[in-house]
Amino acid sequence: MRNAEKYTHVSYLEHEGKYKGIWSWLLSTDHKKIGLLYLYSIAFFFVVAAILGLLLRLELIAPGPTIMDAQMYNGVFTLHGIIMVFIVVIPGLGAVFGNFFLPIMIGAKDVAFPRLNLLSWYIFIIGALLGVASQFAGDGPPDTGWTFYVPYSAESATNVIFALTAAFVLGFSSILTGINFIVTIHRMRAPGMGWFKMPLFPWSLYATAWIQVLATPIVGITLLMVIAERTLNIGFFDPALGGDPLLFQHLFWIYSHPAVYIMILPAMGVVTEIFPTFSQKPVFGYGAIVISSLAIAFVGYFVWGHHMFTTGISYWSRWFFSFLTFIVAIPSAIKVFNWISTMYGGSIDLKPPLLYAISFIFLFMIGGFTGLTLGALATNVHLHDTSFVVAHFHYIIFGGMGFAFFAGIHYWYPKMYGRMYNIKLANIAWGVLFTGFNLLYFPLFIIGLQGMPRRYFDYLPQFHAGHFISTIGAIILVIGIFMMMYNLIYYRHRGPVAPSNPWKGVTLEWQIESPPTHENFDVIPEIKNPPYLFKKEPQT
Amino acid sequence: MTNSSSHAHPVDNEAGKLGMWLFLFTEFFLFGGLFLVYAVFRAKFSDGFHTGANDLNAMIGTINTVVLLVSSMTVAMAITAIQKGSNQKAILFLVATILLALVFMINKYFEWAHKIELHLFPGSEALQTLERGELLFFSLYYMMTGLHALHVIIGLTLLIICIFQIKAGNTHKGQYLLLENSGLYWHLVDLIWIFLFPLLYLLT
Repeated sequence: MRNAEKYTHVSYLEHEGKYKGIWSWLLSTDHKKIGLLYLYSIAFFFVVAAILGLLLRLELIAPGPTIMDAQMYNGVFTLHGIIMVFIVVIPGLGAVFGNFFLPIMIGAKDVAFPRLNLLSWYIFIIGALLGVASQFAGDGPPDTGWTFYVPYSAESATNVIFALTAAFVLGFSSILTGINFIVTIHRMRAPGMGWFKMPLFPWSLYATAWIQVLATPIVGITLLMVIAERTLNIGFFDPALGGDPLLFQHLFWIYSHPAVYIMILPAMGVVTEIFPTFSQKPVFGYGAIVISSLAIAFVGYFVWGHHMFTTGISYWSRWFFSFLTFIVAIPSAIKVFNWISTMYGGSIDLKPPLLYAISFIFLFMIGGFTGLTLGALATNVHLHDTSFVVAHFHYIIFGGMGFAFFAGIHYWYPKMYGRMYNIKLANIAWGVLFTGFNLLYFPLFIIGLQGMPRRYFDYLPQFHAGHFISTIGAIILVIGIFMMMYNLIYYRHRGPVAPSNPWKGVTLEWQIESPPTHENFDVIPEIKNPPYLFKKEPQT
Repeated sequence: MTNSSSHAHPVDNEAGKLGMWLFLFTEFFLFGGLFLVYAVFRAKFSDGFHTGANDLNAMIGTINTVVLLVSSMTVAMAITAIQKGSNQKAILFLVATILLALVFMINKYFEWAHKIELHLFPGSEALQTLERGELLFFSLYYMMTGLHALHVIIGLTLLIICIFQIKAGNTHKGQYLLLENSGLYWHLVDLIWIFLFPLLYLLT
């Protein structure tokens, strides 16, 4: 039974545009609908890649081949990586919540280039389909890993070109979204909203957009060079053709390390919105958060070499990259202090968004500290290419970006759909997710320290216990994901009607109806105060 | 905005130009990757790059440089013409730009055809026998001029669209953002060639 209650205004979901039915979505230039298009497509690919990840874990439940052979394992971890990195995590928060909430939070009716925005989604879908097609077309699934290291990616007989093209096309989509956001933030802030009156989620998107614009072309040309190497025998990287494989690693990581900050900066932005709302307290150190976002974006460019400590680059460049890696930890730590100080002395309301946001801090810090372990030269040599690295970046990417995404969806869900999910079920799903996550990834730290290499489909019996616990964790985690998704999908139409401001937030998106109207604002608001001003008296 | 499902806000030309400049930056970085590779290999194998550059015909390169520079001027004149409201002149200058671009491409075709006749193309046996620096030089030569030629074709397409937009009355004195952005793109094509020309043809 669908819930019979209804909101009274005409929301963007029911807005009658030029096109009807499915076309009102597929041809809509409304930033909110495009945000939802991204949400559904990314959610779909997330489930696909999560299942691939589960298959990898099932293979590793016991030594020896269990459900797949080595070649298939290589294909599956490559596709898992490509989908998760290029399709889910890099665009994720920016494309979904950025599209939906950036214009609303800065008091605009849409992004600067609405049609370009829709085009970005189509390019994204083409890239995503190419990525999936690489599995089925040609000579078998690519087996290079998502990093496409040469010379293997130039020589592997599998269908690498499709995967490379997919990553290139997805990068193009990411560039266009980045340009759109930068221009939107520069040109479309509501009257009175100076730069330092802008909420912090838009700030994080601004820093991210610059990385997208400045770093993505480098990986684009690098991937093109590998494609040229495979098709035209133009050898920049293959020593057999005169090239230098190390050069590929430099060019690849010049983009792909800043890409880590494309993933994590919007995640930090999301939780920065959540902490003040659920503490009913202004964010602590607004300026410090802004500056640390920009500092992360800036310093993040100069640390790529820490992926290459064992490749024989010179002593001084290793020293330099290691030092800068430690520097980049400082702005991240500043943010953690800010979030905790925001909660300190606040009237804390432990609702699902805050639960996810707090677990974000916890998991992000484990990921961050182990990042320092890896950034130190001496320990890196021992830990390079072990499952310690796998655990580290899953704590950052999944524990960080993933949990922030879940926090965001639970935070903004009532605004996006005008309905409320089941809070109790959301809490239980969070518990299952959190337990499963730690069971899955923490043992990988330990067996990594003991010498378990990454990307191996088989292992010595001494690692069995760790792998076994990890696989159990993976199963629990996937159950948690499905519980969460069930909750969100089931109550989409059946949940009670949500008020326009269920969490007593003070940023602009909570001042308009849930779900928003097509135009967002009847009258563009005038901004007089800095963001995050809560009334002293608790509202009833 | 013709699409009624989009929001009716007035066209913000400043935003359009800002977006275009950002896009041009990404194009610079795209080529920047290749320039970086060029710098690295040139430093490592300067002898091979020297002999490679000597094999290129500096005359054709010079002609093409002049052609592109003039075409940059004609596209700028087209924009001035539209600002002054003379659409016919603007179309004339755009046609001149397109013709110059075609001259550039035809020159390029003969240059490449000549190299391929000499069996100097990627993957050819003649190329494999060259020493490493020269091999890398020709790889870079084909990749960089090839990518640049692709941009010439994209720029050409944009200019042709501009002509049709002027004829249709969508681009005129009051609203010429598309023409201005296409002009910017064309200048980018020119500017990148200005770097490619000395790096590939002159530095010996």
